[in-house]
Amino acid sequence: MHLTEVVNNGFLFLAPWLVFAPLVGLLINSIFGHKFSERGVGAVASLASGAAFVVSILLAYSVSINHGEVLRWKLAEWMHIGNLSLDWTFRVDSLSATMMLVVSGVGTLIHIYAIGYMHEDVRFKHEENRFRRFFIFLNLFIASMMILVSGDSYMMLFVGWEGVGLCSFLLIGFWFEMDTLARPSWANSDAAKKAFITNRVGDFGFLIAGFLMFWHLGSFQFDAVFENATHAEPWVIVLITLFMLIGVAGKSAQIPLYIWLPDAMAGPTPVSALIHAATMVTAGVYLVTRSAPLYSLVPQAQYIVAMTGAATALFAATIAVGQYDIKKVLAYSTISQLGFMVAAVGMGAYVAGMFHLITHAFFKALLFLSAGSVILGLERGHHHAEHARHAEEPKGKHKKAEHHDEHHEVFDPGDMRNMGGLRKTMPVTFWLYMIGTLALAGIFPFAGFWSKDEILLDASLHFTSIYWQLTIAAFFTAFYMGRQIWMVFFGEARHEAAAHAEESPKVMTLPLVALAVLSVAGGALNLPFEGYHNLGHWLGYTLGEVEGLPLNLQVAGISTALALSAIFISWLIYGRKPLKIGQPDPLKKPLGFIFTGMENKWFVDEGYFALIISPFKKLSQFLADVIDWKFWHDFVHDTIIFGTYNWVSSIALNDYADQKGIDAFANGLGTWTQNFSTAMRKIQNGFVRSYALSVLFGVVFILGYLLLK
Amino acid sequence: MPQPLDFATLQPVIVLSVWTCVLLLLDVFLIKRKSITAVLTAFGLALTLGLTFMQVGASNDGFSGMVVQDGFSTFINALQLVGGLLGVAVAHAYIKRTGSERGEYYTLLLFSVIGMMLMAQSNDLIMVFIALELLSIPLYVLAAFTRNTESEEAGIKYFLLGAFSTGFVVYGIALVYGATASTNLHEIVAFASSSSPSLLLTIGAALILVGFAFKVAVVPFHMWTPDVYQGAPTAVTAFMSSGAKVAGFAALLRVFSVAFPNISMDMAPVLAAISALTMIVGNIVAVSQTNIKRMLAYSSIAHAGYILMAFVPYGDAQVSADAIASGLFYLVAYMLTNFGAWAVVIALETKSGSGLELSDYSGLAKKYPAIAAAMTIFMLSLIGFPPTLGMVGKFYLFRAALQGGYTTLALIGVITSLVSAFYYLRVIVNMYMREGDPTPARDLWLDLTWSITAIATVVVSLAPQFLFVLASTAVMLK
Repeated sequence: MHLTEVVNNGFLFLAPWLVFAPLVGLLINSIFGHKFSERGVGAVASLASGAAFVVSILLAYSVSINHGEVLRWKLAEWMHIGNLSLDWTFRVDSLSATMMLVVSGVGTLIHIYAIGYMHEDVRFKHEENRFRRFFIFLNLFIASMMILVSGDSYMMLFVGWEGVGLCSFLLIGFWFEMDTLARPSWANSDAAKKAFITNRVGDFGFLIAGFLMFWHLGSFQFDAVFENATHAEPWVIVLITLFMLIGVAGKSAQIPLYIWLPDAMAGPTPVSALIHAATMVTAGVYLVTRSAPLYSLVPQAQYIVAMTGAATALFAATIAVGQYDIKKVLAYSTISQLGFMVAAVGMGAYVAGMFHLITHAFFKALLFLSAGSVILGLERGHHHAEHARHAEEPKGKHKKAEHHDEHHEVFDPGDMRNMGGLRKTMPVTFWLYMIGTLALAGIFPFAGFWSKDEILLDASLHFTSIYWQLTIAAFFTAFYMGRQIWMVFFGEARHEAAAHAEESPKVMTLPLVALAVLSVAGGALNLPFEGYHNLGHWLGYTLGEVEGLPLNLQVAGISTALALSAIFISWLIYGRKPLKIGQPDPLKKPLGFIFTGMENKWFVDEGYFALIISPFKKLSQFLADVIDWKFWHDFVHDTIIFGTYNWVSSIALNDYADQKGIDAFANGLGTWTQNFSTAMRKIQNGFVRSYALSVLFGVVFILGYLLLK
Repeated sequence: MPQPLDFATLQPVIVLSVWTCVLLLLDVFLIKRKSITAVLTAFGLALTLGLTFMQVGASNDGFSGMVVQDGFSTFINALQLVGGLLGVAVAHAYIKRTGSERGEYYTLLLFSVIGMMLMAQSNDLIMVFIALELLSIPLYVLAAFTRNTESEEAGIKYFLLGAFSTGFVVYGIALVYGATASTNLHEIVAFASSSSPSLLLTIGAALILVGFAFKVAVVPFHMWTPDVYQGAPTAVTAFMSSGAKVAGFAALLRVFSVAFPNISMDMAPVLAAISALTMIVGNIVAVSQTNIKRMLAYSSIAHAGYILMAFVPYGDAQVSADAIASGLFYLVAYMLTNFGAWAVVIALETKSGSGLELSDYSGLAKKYPAIAAAMTIFMLSLIGFPPTLGMVGKFYLFRAALQGGYTTLALIGVITSLVSAFYYLRVIVNMYMREGDPTPARDLWLDLTWSITAIATVVVSLAPQFLFVLASTAVMLK
């Protein structure tokens, strides 16, 4: 950039519309939505999200014509107290623009998909009036996420951070009065609460980091913090970054706070795709990337971040192998992939982390949405079969049969053991799912191959242990995805619902096609060849230029070979001899307790329950029953205070003090006053000489005092 | 030679004096229309009040330092002129009813008001003495105005004892002059500050104090009060119980805080003792009174004790400003409440002079709820019961005493207030719970007096801060 060149703000003035556009959509749907058809509501919400996407594109363009210059747009003053000055300032640079594009782009596609999905979902659950609410929440989420990624200070980021947390809570608990199988229960509410409370733990870390930042670095504004951090003592930065890591672990589902994400699958599938796979959960990765100047100062903290990510990647991948629910597999896969990203940004490979964040957003959204399509397909098949059965049955028995249905057969449309052979009934979904799987497994030339490979390459150059953890995790990834494909789409239908499954409408499949294209071609963003490090160059504006690594055939070869062999092994186990109805998982026998561990998520939830929740409950119980009720209420209040008061007031005060003491004294005083008054009246005899004498006495006393004192 | 500025300092007093002399002549021609005299008197007072308001903010001394005009004097003068107006209002119907309607009543009242104003403006002991006499002599005459036995006895008692106490004042002035070679307040303090403590000065100050103590009626210089208040025409009692007291306190304050701050350590115990004694004796003796005029006389003695309490720490620079403001505040509260109460007493007094026993108030509430309500407000205010000005005023007084370190004094104040509830509440009990058939006289000016003062007593107490701020800004030129 030449010095003479004037910074052209381009479309910067549109920055607030990142947030306002979804808010406008939200308001329109809130106020007028009851008059719209479902399509109308969906269209408004999608357009609002789409508008944010357009704004994102224009902002990215503005950044690029300024060669990566950081652009700021101050919307309003927030708080100016003492040394603290905070504004609502939008920060547009290459990093935030990238996040905006991903969030609003994937978000818009998912909005469109959700029009079809929710149309059926609300009907299966007999709550058709909730359609509008869903889109209001979705728009609120987009607005919050935009605040998160576009804020120019940690505090504004935190506002968005909390906002997306709220939306996550609202949407996980969208079907709050039922469980995932639509039975009356508080299971979904519990999942929502679990997500929220676990995130509070993370937020606590974030807040502590914020307080430390303000106390020691004197600001919340990114550049000021980074500038001041270079002069600060290292232990301060270590504390800040590690407390921040707690926040990251909460939001991005890392060890030890990942436990909420699998349960979050209770939300409708578009929510799982948008919030719990593509965007919100990557906020932690974005936070670390944004704080790169802080982390760069403290390699120790970076190492801890990287280790956390790598361990999470491997740990979650093993659990995914033992899951039967199609969305649970993807949930653990998401945790595992987030582990990859966190490991990458921990190692300082910010571009690789962001690259994987983007491609993962594409293919994981694709997978989740396809899974949603599968689930709805099964629901449709289930209903079809039910109707067919009812039609065949004699009229007299109809009622009884229905009764029988409702109480004994609970059909789980997400259980892979109920699936099989969907390749034939849902061909479009099958091919889309295949693309997503290959991308996730890291098969050349799909997007996941390039981004995952870049992380592995970085790890191989710097941290061998992390490299091996991630490579093994990649092997498991390919294996559990292969297992899923064979179980869901191949073999024979293991349930009549699967046999009668129906393909989803175009409003759902078309966004999936778009995501599939991105999952195939997304790798082109940052190819490991000279001159093709586009993303690296683009993010380099913000993160500092890094040398793009060339393709390392050894690393790529190992990971590809492992992925292919994992898929092959999964074929040997699940594909060659497809699962029969009621047959246990073929791995259960040979692996024994190891598989039981995987199946049961290594009993982590149970461990948390035993170690934290149950002692906590017992302590609360103790405090409430024993300390508060028995001690404070029964003993201190009732016995000591009330009893003593009773005793004192009835016996000591009433009998002795009041009647024999105060009353007697008061009556005596009254009598005395009257007597004194009468006596004084006698002095007042009416004679002037007496009065003059009184004056004289007064004078004598005064002068006597003054003379003799 | 007096300069124009000298006249400016005394402008309201001079105008009122001229007006009074004119009225004295005019009255001769208004043989049968004494109401006109009353109206003209009120007009003169109102005009002077206006002139006084125009002095707000100004502050000068004049006539070679004989008089001074400052915030304090303006505040007191305004108060005295309001008192004069109220005095005219309650007197008009009363003197007609008692058959003593003569024009001199009003001119005497005006001369007394002039004396009261000069008391607040005096900056020289000689001037103080002249003002004191100017205020007192018309009051002696007024006390004997109805010319019946009681009234004449009251007049002569007041005159004899007043003259006796004035003797102490003159003697005190002489001693002070002997000690400091000056009668000017500023020169006295200048001399006292530059020389060693002089016993002569202290004795002189104490004797001057006796004179003022007589005027404001504090124990043991109070003995004249019940007799004079009872015997004097009730309208005169109302006027002098407020005006003379305010004037006495004003002079006491000015003389002591301007001329004698150096001997405050000696005087404080004396003032404290007098204050305590006054509160105790005044309130306790009031308990056994059956005549409302005597009861209110003791009540006024007791209140002099309360007000004096605020002046005990007059030499303590840190608290004196607040304490003096509290005293001024209470003077306003006392003026309003007291005049209102006396107005009700005047309303109930019959032509023959009966209707003054406490039992005569029985059943008032049933027949005349408005008057009874007003009287209730005045009684509550005198007790110091919210929401009345008396309560707020007492609060400030006790606070001043506590700030000055006189906790015992404040305690005595609280306890005697409790005792006072007995005799004040007895009036209320009679009005509301006993059967009776009183017939109060109705007169527009009288009705206005008790209704306006009652309303003011309650309303001002709801937002007392502005009055207190006003009192705080009434500072003395030192």
